[in-house]
Amino acid sequence: MNTAATPTTVARSLEAYLTERSSGRRLLMPYVTAGVCPDWLELVDAVIDAGADAVEIGIPFSDPAMDGPTIQEATVVALETGMTPAHCLHRLKESQFGVPLIAMTHYNLVYRYGHERFARDLFEAGGWATILPDLPLEHASEWIDTAAAANLENVLLAAPVTSDERLRTVVDATGGFVYVVSTMGTTGARAGVDDAASVLASRVKALTNKPAVVGFGISNAETAVAAAAKSDGVIVASALMRRILDGSSIEEAAQLVADIRAGLDAAYTP
Amino acid sequence: MTLTTPNPSSMPAAASPEQMGEPDAQGFFGEFGGRYVGEPLIGACMEVEDAFVDAWADPEFHAEFLHTLNTYGGRPSPTTECGNLSEQLGLRLLLKREDLNHTGSHKINNVLGQALLAKRMGKTRLIAETGAGQHGVATATAAALLGMSCTVYMGEVDMQRQALNVFRMRLLGTEVVPAMSGSRTLKDAVNEAMRAWVSEVGDTHYCLGSVMGPHPYPWMVRTFHEIIGIEAREQVMELTGGLPDVAVACVGGGSNAAGLFAGFADDPGVRLIGAEPAGGAAAGRGVPAIVHGMKAYFMQDEVGQILEAESISAGLDYPGLGPEHSHLAKTKRAEYYPVTDDEVLDAFQLLSRSEGIIPALESAHAIAWVTKNAADMQGQTVLVNLSGRGDKDVEQVQEILER
Repeated sequence: MNTAATPTTVARSLEAYLTERSSGRRLLMPYVTAGVCPDWLELVDAVIDAGADAVEIGIPFSDPAMDGPTIQEATVVALETGMTPAHCLHRLKESQFGVPLIAMTHYNLVYRYGHERFARDLFEAGGWATILPDLPLEHASEWIDTAAAANLENVLLAAPVTSDERLRTVVDATGGFVYVVSTMGTTGARAGVDDAASVLASRVKALTNKPAVVGFGISNAETAVAAAAKSDGVIVASALMRRILDGSSIEEAAQLVADIRAGLDAAYTP
Repeated sequence: MTLTTPNPSSMPAAASPEQMGEPDAQGFFGEFGGRYVGEPLIGACMEVEDAFVDAWADPEFHAEFLHTLNTYGGRPSPTTECGNLSEQLGLRLLLKREDLNHTGSHKINNVLGQALLAKRMGKTRLIAETGAGQHGVATATAAALLGMSCTVYMGEVDMQRQALNVFRMRLLGTEVVPAMSGSRTLKDAVNEAMRAWVSEVGDTHYCLGSVMGPHPYPWMVRTFHEIIGIEAREQVMELTGGLPDVAVACVGGGSNAAGLFAGFADDPGVRLIGAEPAGGAAAGRGVPAIVHGMKAYFMQDEVGQILEAESISAGLDYPGLGPEHSHLAKTKRAEYYPVTDDEVLDAFQLLSRSEGIIPALESAHAIAWVTKNAADMQGQTVLVNLSGRGDKDVEQVQEILER
């Protein structure tokens, strides 16, 4: 297990943690759908060992309108195993992973769970933040306040179409980092990350010192290195879930993360 | 049978009624609505909102919309007095005949409005979701009329149930894409259409088919359908000399009901009734959820996973109820009741035999509620929005009845 971080012993500030970790190197945050395979917790462990700075845990929702085909498929598989938010948080709490966890889900599951209860249980599960792609900043303040009271942050997304004026509000209101949406599409690995990612990452960096991390469309070391040129790091989701859904072992899947880690470290050394 | 024609010029002048007025700045009707979509779609929703507000304030747009509705859509649709069934049920039954519109349902009102808006916005392509295929056919029709390309997302299960409508759309030059995820019905088609919109937002307008989704759709779609209620109100006044006691419409997402209710929401003496399929009774279960861009009543399990609706009619096979309806349900201005598939089948045959009108299975829900509750409405005037014609359902009903 990665021992570089000792999140449970420090006051949780994902922003401070990621800022420190991105000094002279690039951040790598893999995404794992809770329940995508029976040993999904081992997968989380494996991607941490492979060099993850933090791990996004996807809590499966029945109508993942913001997700592409791979995450949808992972969601269906996970829901069929009976995965629920409570079960997910319970298993994470038992596991006590060594890096910050970030819960990524659709807002309805948090709403139904109850803001305060979800915040408390996520914190106890080792969660540092949430990413709720269908909770835009207009509707997010209540959750952000509750999360903050529980020592959690809420990450907001920035898209290539986000106006300059709105982008300023997004980078001010986001917690932890700015999630840079690299393409106009939904989540899914793509052959190349479009220039829109670099342009947007540059726009974000011009406005804030908060880390800017590119998600959507990171499929291998090459795309990760390209996406990290103007940003502080990358999120790898669909490509990792694709491997698991196609029957790869935990080790084979984690190798993707190790390859990306190696690629980023080779390209960006202090 | 009596036909009346309202004064079309009354349409644009109709002020937003108190009960069904504009949503607040964030798109809420009371506690329901909003714009719960991902950041990539926020700008697109704002663009639609700005364009709609601008167009709706423009007399030229109104004139073009109304002209197209009248000369192409077949408006105004008549209100029909159902003599035989009235006698049988002991009440005065009136039907607002949206089934007589071009493409066979009320859906054309909204679609022409949105297609004209899309054109005004400089978009060249329409995408839409469809359940029974009525909205898909209507969108394909508007796209053909206005020379736009069109893609319709439809649940794979619905494509089998409504094969004829799939062919109709293709005949109209539209690409029909099966939604293969989840229950492969309407809600999954909505998910697919929203995903497609995210990646193609530059030249594409999402022509959402019901009073649901992110702001401004619930408001905009209702507004384009208000013509139903406005016409019906005038026609009923002319036929009966007064207002109806009850106005009834079927409700899936709720677009035809919203259009009808808008004409009577400020008449406290008029009961507003939404007939929901028993297998998709979102209002009855009364738990808000945030999905498909809105906060509204949805059928869901205890942790918040959305349940799959089950109904004999693909058009009502939706587990949620639009936000304005959710608000009307919560404030009790409108009442929503479930009817079963069997009751719907009975009503389908009853209206066919009694009046020579074969209703869409969706619309038969409203008739079913009336027949079921006729004893409590003796002597009353009951207005039903006959939202669509039943041609598309005849084969399915035949299979069920001859089983």
